[in-house]
Amino acid sequence: MSIWVLRGLRDGVVTTRWPARPDDYADSWRGPARPLPAAALLTPHPAAPALTPHPAAPVAPAAPGSSVSIEALCPTGAIIAERSGNVRVDQGRCILCGRCVAERPDVFAWSQGATGPGAAALTRDQLIVPELPETDAAVEAARARLRERTAALRRSVHIRHVDAGSDGSEEWEIQALLGPVYDIHRLGVFFTASPRHADVLLVTGAGARGMAVPLRTTYDGMPDPKIVIAAGTDATSGGLLGDSDMTTGGIAATVPVDIWLAGSPPSPFGIINALLVAVGKLGRDPASSGPSAPSTPARLTTGPRGRRWSR
Amino acid sequence: MTGTIMQPGVKALEHEIECRLDVGERFAGLFATRPTRTAPLTLSAHLATPGGIDTLEASLPPGAESYPALTPRLGAAFWYEREIHDTFGVVPEGHPRLAPLVRPGSPETPGDRALPRHVTGYGMFTIPHGPVRSGVLESIEYLVETPGEAIPHLNMRVFYKHRGVQNRFAGMTPADAVLLAERTEGIASVAHALAFSHAVEQIAGCEPPATAQLIRVLHAELERIANHLDVAVRLADAAGLAVATARLALHKERVVRLVSRLCGSRFGRGVVVPGGIRAAPLLPPAQLRAELDRLAKPIADDAAALMATSSFLDRLRGTGPLTPERAREHGALGPIGKAAGFADDARPARPYDAYRALAVPPAKPHVAGDALARLRVRWEEVDQSFRLLRQVADDLSERAPDLYSVTCEPVSGRAVGWSEAPQGEVLYDVSLAAGHITRCHPRSASFHNLVLMHEVFAGDILTDFPFIEASFGLSVAGVAL
Repeated sequence: MSIWVLRGLRDGVVTTRWPARPDDYADSWRGPARPLPAAALLTPHPAAPALTPHPAAPVAPAAPGSSVSIEALCPTGAIIAERSGNVRVDQGRCILCGRCVAERPDVFAWSQGATGPGAAALTRDQLIVPELPETDAAVEAARARLRERTAALRRSVHIRHVDAGSDGSEEWEIQALLGPVYDIHRLGVFFTASPRHADVLLVTGAGARGMAVPLRTTYDGMPDPKIVIAAGTDATSGGLLGDSDMTTGGIAATVPVDIWLAGSPPSPFGIINALLVAVGKLGRDPASSGPSAPSTPARLTTGPRGRRWSR
Repeated sequence: MTGTIMQPGVKALEHEIECRLDVGERFAGLFATRPTRTAPLTLSAHLATPGGIDTLEASLPPGAESYPALTPRLGAAFWYEREIHDTFGVVPEGHPRLAPLVRPGSPETPGDRALPRHVTGYGMFTIPHGPVRSGVLESIEYLVETPGEAIPHLNMRVFYKHRGVQNRFAGMTPADAVLLAERTEGIASVAHALAFSHAVEQIAGCEPPATAQLIRVLHAELERIANHLDVAVRLADAAGLAVATARLALHKERVVRLVSRLCGSRFGRGVVVPGGIRAAPLLPPAQLRAELDRLAKPIADDAAALMATSSFLDRLRGTGPLTPERAREHGALGPIGKAAGFADDARPARPYDAYRALAVPPAKPHVAGDALARLRVRWEEVDQSFRLLRQVADDLSERAPDLYSVTCEPVSGRAVGWSEAPQGEVLYDVSLAAGHITRCHPRSASFHNLVLMHEVFAGDILTDFPFIEASFGLSVAGVAL
């Protein structure tokens, strides 16, 4: 046993300081695809009328020789080409295959960064980028409702995880949170075996019909207030499996979802970020112009007692 | 080399399988197909031969709703025939137990708490564990029948998270389907994408460029290291070794970060495509080589320390033993088979991609078959993976810029592709018509191996359970497709 004592000191502190300090790995994370803002498509000109509040990328004419419509690029139907010519990406369907970015780099790019308030959505529509005009008000309303419910969750949060038909990778990323690099215990977040002790239900998977009853039973067994996080594209929309005779196309058919998190699978930073957004510990960053903006170091709201929540 | 051989009937199929097993071939799977509801059911059995995978087939008479089960004489078909029964409702007559396995039987079954009991006697009770389990784990239900300590019988219900993956494949193009293959068993994304792509490439008759083959091996071996480290983390955690758990979890995180620096995904997703790989690695070979050197030594160091921690070894030695006879009979795959003296690694036996040139040495013989032997096999594989990876990095740095993929546009045909996942051999039986998939049957090592959990509780008690489960290192997603 004694051999392990010194070994534990070998690499010094490997734990990330995020969210108190920015983390390079979190910021360089390659997130779901997004349409490029209109500004990037137009010829650069100082007078270009590019910066409307939520610019959506206009459809560029199809590449020469390509007969593929822009929507057909996506295997999960995440690309929405509006009649007006705008292109949006439903990141809740994006499985990060990168095909749209590779085929049409003039229209699509990766979003950058795993963290920031925009990386976890409070309404399903918030995952659509650039956001729909009506999203802002709905998000604010959802945030207010959530804040009311989470006021009781002060400095410590307990999570119950349920796999509702995942491919197994989401579980790896959640387990990583308990490792030395992410160590969510430092944030007062713990996993619990009993739903009776849980504040947050962290659900992965496309919503396997066989898991509907166990998932619902777990949800019903949790005391109020409770928060449900749909962790990953599968949990959000069913991903490639979608709505079928064996899956419900996401978990919202079984339990009411409060936080939506894209990613196939989401990165560990994305999951911590969603947890912090869920319990209202991560405010909306005024600097970010929308969900597709690169993440900036998260601004922490002050806790209920007026103290900063993390060290 | 694969071929399909039609048999005149189920009896002839059984006889042919037995003859082939007698000459040393390995039973690798059994599944059924029925193109339409009224068409006769066709049984397909896969047999691993020295050079490839052979498919033996037999059709039932039209309208037949039952056939003589293969399981009584071919124990390894136990779960395969239950899957056939679940999927088609066709009854394998004489099968010892046809309870639902991969698909919930009736809609109310998942909520039904009436537990099946196999061992009766004074003081016997059943502990239902799952599908929502303590800890962050995949959904599966273990029904542990016990008088208090010993585990005379274990029952598994894996159907809770059945996702209908196999049906989803139908109608997809190979380019889309490889993405689904990656998500069939998420912790072995690369291996599944490889097995699927190999099948498609066989149909198309194309061969990926040499550089692409090397990069495929690169990702497959990094995936193996990450998976084996994950098993070690879970074992150390089960033994309550906090520092060892943290150290090994750190190494695992560093490995998956290296994968993400190479391709953007922590699971190597989006790398393998039919015909090659999607794009060049984001790290130059020299930097990759340096990263590998930085990883290899600390991992080997901590592995050696773990294997010298007697309190840990005591929990693994003699725990969950699989006898070499059973391993051979069942055709146990991957580290579970190797630990019990039955090594049929696809990389040396049926090499694919750059493994043909890299020459993977055969596995060291182990016979104990217990959790300790399984962990030893994993550490040996980690060492071997690092050796292969260094070779790959060196080869890549000497190589002139090359294509990353060739055109792979298969039209029609059928082929079986395989690869060696960290859990063992993965098979994909793919049929295409007019450029679209008509049927794709994935067979993960997890499905083939998990049934062996029934048989390894010789004298083990409840507290050994986490060690045995972790030492198997399987994924439920790959079982209940």
